[in-house]
Amino acid sequence: MRNYQLDQTQAPLLTALKRYRQKRMVSFDVPGHKKGPGNPELLEFLGQPTLSTDANSMKMLDNLIHPVGVIKEAENLAADAFGAEAAFFIVNGTSQAVQAMIMSSLNPGDKLIMPRNVHRSAINALILAQADPIYVDPGLDQAIGIPLCMSLENFQAAIQANPDAKAVLINNPTYYGVCGRLQEMTALAHQAGMKVLVDEAHGTHFYFSSDLPMSAMEAGADLAAVSLHKTGGSLTQSSLLLAGPGMQADLGYIRQILNLTQTTSASYLLMSSLDITRKNLAMRGEEIYDRVVKFADYAREEINQLAPPSYLAFDESRCDGDAFYAFDRTKLSIHTRSMGLSGVEVYDILRDEYNIQIEFGDLSNILAIISVGDRPVDVERLIAALAEIRRLYAKDPEGMLMSEYVKPEPVLSPSTAFYTPSIQIPLAEAEGRVCTEFVMCYPPGIPVLAPGERITARALTYIEYAREIGSSLSGTEDPEVKNIFVAQA
Amino acid sequence: MSTYFSEQQGDKVELVIQVEEQLHKEVSEFQTIEVFQSKDFGKILVIDGVLMLTERDEFIYHEMMVHVPLAVHPGVHRALVIGGGDGGALRELLRYPEIESIDLVEIDERVMRVSQEFFPHLASSFDSDRVHLHVADGLKYIRKWEDHYDLILVDSTDPIGPGVSLFTREFYGNCYKALKGDGILVNQHESPFYDEQARMVWEIRRQTRAVFPVNFLYQAYIPSYPSGHWLFGFMSKGYHPLKDHQPCAWEARGLATRYYNSRIHQGAFALPTYVQSLLDQTGEDFIPVLSGGDQ
Repeated sequence: MRNYQLDQTQAPLLTALKRYRQKRMVSFDVPGHKKGPGNPELLEFLGQPTLSTDANSMKMLDNLIHPVGVIKEAENLAADAFGAEAAFFIVNGTSQAVQAMIMSSLNPGDKLIMPRNVHRSAINALILAQADPIYVDPGLDQAIGIPLCMSLENFQAAIQANPDAKAVLINNPTYYGVCGRLQEMTALAHQAGMKVLVDEAHGTHFYFSSDLPMSAMEAGADLAAVSLHKTGGSLTQSSLLLAGPGMQADLGYIRQILNLTQTTSASYLLMSSLDITRKNLAMRGEEIYDRVVKFADYAREEINQLAPPSYLAFDESRCDGDAFYAFDRTKLSIHTRSMGLSGVEVYDILRDEYNIQIEFGDLSNILAIISVGDRPVDVERLIAALAEIRRLYAKDPEGMLMSEYVKPEPVLSPSTAFYTPSIQIPLAEAEGRVCTEFVMCYPPGIPVLAPGERITARALTYIEYAREIGSSLSGTEDPEVKNIFVAQA
Repeated sequence: MSTYFSEQQGDKVELVIQVEEQLHKEVSEFQTIEVFQSKDFGKILVIDGVLMLTERDEFIYHEMMVHVPLAVHPGVHRALVIGGGDGGALRELLRYPEIESIDLVEIDERVMRVSQEFFPHLASSFDSDRVHLHVADGLKYIRKWEDHYDLILVDSTDPIGPGVSLFTREFYGNCYKALKGDGILVNQHESPFYDEQARMVWEIRRQTRAVFPVNFLYQAYIPSYPSGHWLFGFMSKGYHPLKDHQPCAWEARGLATRYYNSRIHQGAFALPTYVQSLLDQTGEDFIPVLSGGDQ
């Protein structure tokens, strides 16, 4: 276990909630279910402990809007556990943490240097902050068709071309588990006087293992959005925003920014799960992620032993020292196109035929998340099902679309485009127009088109191919994604 | 004072057996294993609160699982038992001299040890030279074989707990691959009567139908199991359980059995109408076929 400054065996919010339950207070406040009797079916479904924890902010339980008691103590413990100057509990999903990073670092009209393969929440934040993106080509691993994490050269060029940019945003890791040269990028940005914001939605575990890539706080970044619920074990929608040592003076402002979009009725179910999860990871994180890495390594080895043509469960051997600097070994990213199946097809077959839900499939790959909750028998099921899919469905990959970086052509900033007068036209006739809404293949939720970008022939080809192989498309007002809003000519 | 073992069989139905004493209880890496001594059923093996076998009626289950496929397939040389850590299926298989080798794959070694201690007339089969014991996850074990076995018996617990992966499409698909071109697979297929088990029957059927072209169910009457009415699955790449049934050859072996015989073999495949309608359901979700009357 690492050396912590605070006593990580404590869980102040958990302790306060236990005390609150023991007191059996009569409540004449919200929530109206009053610990259950108001809603018997809900009580039966979720259970008494859950409803007894679903409390309202009060003196003994503190208030997330303005934490001064047990929530503050719990946040301080989280900061200590993650090696941060400060930590903010987030109950509106990691999307809110990403938005708070961007909105607290940029004013309207400011520039943010970022790769294009970011989550939708980052571009949404640009609309809210009315800030402008400067896109950096993330790079591509051509053979397996995955976007990478920006080469140092591309990153530096963007900084030199945009010395007035206020901040940079970096994925650590990408959805596929790819990490760039975070420490060097952080140093370059700081030299240029820019803040370093890191989307660590998929990187919670980096803070609790010496075998995994470097975390944002370790690299000296300023802010990091850490999705504790994704691989850490807390409840869905709970998350952390971490601030580095350079942010001391900004902490009050960040809280104000958070309060712009955060609920005033923060869920104690979510917050207690953050407190308990932080304690669990601080106490047992190393051991847990050791096991997770072993599971993933084992699965990779078994999958790669299947007779060709087969999958490629890729690993750190693909690292190139630059845009693919490090690999998150807990991610079971598997290339499927080499046996003639798109990731989406394998994803669908796994769910429909084998009752196995994985995180996502794209044109060429699937991703299975291995985490704190997995058991050997379940990993065996995944391997066996993949072996079966290979036996039954493998075909010639001839004619499959290669994944490629669809270079965006930004015409308007996302916020200008979002608010500009626009009309809805058929997507098929939209080539050359400037879109004012998103198009995404979900998951992974990385936009193919973002507001303000020109609709290119390549983007349209990509969207139609994704539709054909069964990707779930979203982002437009039209639920069928057949029509798209574009700026009036 | 009397002591009772009770097992929940339906939603609101229990089977209660008066027991003289609890002979053994342990929590293994995978499950809780208990052995009781009863007057009427003899010794009883219980795993995770579910009755696995009793000395009085285990012969029915094991004879029906083994003799049905062996009265069809004329040349079983290599057999595999997945689960079956009590040794009962092995005991019946060992009565066939043409079976040269039997692999037994049990995930929980403790089940085998407990069986050796308390059910030696079943577990003595472990000592045969023809038997090879593997303590392993059945799904992991089966994955590496191709065109290897003549017969696979899936003698598992219910699809909850460590046995759950033995009820999946990926498991049956890998079994298909591990079987030779004329191989047969027989599995325990739960009971069609109470809704919870009927759902399992439906689910197993749904998974196996997608894998095996020849897929039949047959039944036996096993008093200690829920409702007493128990099903087995007969799956193969070609052999038909009735058209390829060879009663004369089997009878010529002169094997003494207490439940199985050639007429039972023929009759076991004649299913009650309500069971057939359960099996014929091809929708996305299971619909109960029996009701308690006031629904």
